[in-house]
Amino acid sequence: MSTATVTPKGPSTLRGARLPKWSPYAIAAGSIAVAIGIGVVGGLHSRVQWGLIAAILYVVASYAIATMVEGKRQAKDRMVTSLVWVAFLLAVIPLASLVWSTVARGVKVLDLYFLTHSMGVVADTEPGGGIYHAILGTLEQVGLATVIAAPIGVLTAIYLVEYGRGNLSKAITFFVDVMTGIPSIVAGLFILSLMLIFEMQPFGFAGSLALAILMMPVVVRSTEEMLKLVPNELREASLALGVPKWRTILKVVLPTSLGGITTGIMLSIARITGETAPVLLLVWGNPLINANPFEGAQASLPLYIYQQYANSAGSGAAYDRAWAASLTLIAFVMLLNLVARGIARWKAPSTGR
Amino acid sequence: MAKRIDVSGLTAYYGSHKAIEDISMTVEPRSVTAFIGPSGCGKSTFLRTLNRMHEVTSGGRVEGKVLLDDEDLYGSGIDPVSVRREVGMVFQRPNPFPTMSIFDNVAAGLRLNGNYKKSELSDVVEKSLKGANLWNEVKDRLNKPGSGLSGGQQQRLCIARAIAVEPNVLLMDEPCSALDPISTLAIEDLIGELKERFTIVIVTHNMQQAARVSDRTAFFNLSAVGQPGKLIEIDDTERIFSNPSVQATEDYISGRFG
Repeated sequence: MSTATVTPKGPSTLRGARLPKWSPYAIAAGSIAVAIGIGVVGGLHSRVQWGLIAAILYVVASYAIATMVEGKRQAKDRMVTSLVWVAFLLAVIPLASLVWSTVARGVKVLDLYFLTHSMGVVADTEPGGGIYHAILGTLEQVGLATVIAAPIGVLTAIYLVEYGRGNLSKAITFFVDVMTGIPSIVAGLFILSLMLIFEMQPFGFAGSLALAILMMPVVVRSTEEMLKLVPNELREASLALGVPKWRTILKVVLPTSLGGITTGIMLSIARITGETAPVLLLVWGNPLINANPFEGAQASLPLYIYQQYANSAGSGAAYDRAWAASLTLIAFVMLLNLVARGIARWKAPSTGR
Repeated sequence: MAKRIDVSGLTAYYGSHKAIEDISMTVEPRSVTAFIGPSGCGKSTFLRTLNRMHEVTSGGRVEGKVLLDDEDLYGSGIDPVSVRREVGMVFQRPNPFPTMSIFDNVAAGLRLNGNYKKSELSDVVEKSLKGANLWNEVKDRLNKPGSGLSGGQQQRLCIARAIAVEPNVLLMDEPCSALDPISTLAIEDLIGELKERFTIVIVTHNMQQAARVSDRTAFFNLSAVGQPGKLIEIDDTERIFSNPSVQATEDYISGRFG
């Protein structure tokens, strides 16, 4: 060990030049400015092109500037970070614009009258009318579908996680996966074929059956994941107390995972609420209020939106109603999601600290 | 209350893998028996065969006899659920039910089994928590979640939960391995008190602990990895730690192995 190996005090190897904190914003502002410049000078009409140019400029500029000031490794870090931001914005812009246009066009005719009246005496091309019958239909069809699919789905998941062994559970898992991929129109056709065999007229419950087929695999999958998250130690603790298995599942496993299971069910409800194809085939739509889902054609929100658009021969009033119905549908789904989150938070096992 | 355990020719499998082979021993009532031995030698598996928790694991099965005061736990017509009410268990990691309060955790065994009187419930909870030396620490927050307690308190809560159903035997699978020395001491003191009422079997990797708490000690070993574990010897703890009759036991206890 000679003292010569001790290097004379140079600049610290732990410290390097860093770009100031505000630099990403500055680079973003600069790229946007340059992109606008290019757009104006080059005579590009599409704003989308301007945005894309700005995005590319931002990524390239972050990388180049960081390479000059901070070095290669930090530059890569900055480039990836900026790519993530660009991707995020690309994903958010369509969503934001969709919500914006729905709200902007939907509020025109959305009022209490609209929510509490049907299209009974209003022709599709004339202003007036409402979506009461469609809301009623959607609530009934989705409600019945949930009553069918949620218990079957949850029980299937309990079987798969708690009891399932061997080939039967493998087969069930496989078919649940297949069912997840069934297009909604196919589920509709399946029920339609049954309806034709028994020579029945369209009615709301037929739609519920098709929606239940679509909902079941989603419930099974999400419930399965939630049950798997319950630590095995809790099951063993309960069994070791001399509690039978079924009571262990009912009193320990299910309460522990209840929040997650409810969230899964809510999200699957949100998914089937927007289904149009099976409802079109099986429920047909009806401008009148039909509160009985077991007899006669019914309306539903997605179907109403489609029919207002398709059957109105370009009437502005019908378009307005379609947008207002869309807004109602989105609000309903969003409300379901919020309720699901609320339940998940409320039911989550607390740490009590 | 306490019952004698008499094991003869017990062999346990996980699927086709033989985990322990031909184990015979007697556990006296109102005593503490400690199981020691290297990891994977089948101590925990053997412990779990004593209240039929072994078969909860998929592929788990058992040959041989376990007599609890002359009744064979593996005899025909024996309900494993009833066995587990007689032979309670405390696990390595504290596992209070996260959705239940401290009170509900202790009451869980009675409530979930359904055979209790409402008026007795709070008495049983108080008695069990006092039995587990936890009452003074939690009596003001019985309605708070059990998962809010410290690790040592949670483990004592689990012991309270196990003794609330008044079992005859209490099995403990490394109950202190996740705890600090002070909580460990609290649990060891508790074991000393509980042996007045229960037959206690404890698995431990801590040989000082075995020497401190147990009356008798059983040493398990396995000849090679993948081979079934075997009972090498069981004797009074004093003898095992001073003058064991088998060389392998002495080697293990004094830290000379391999």
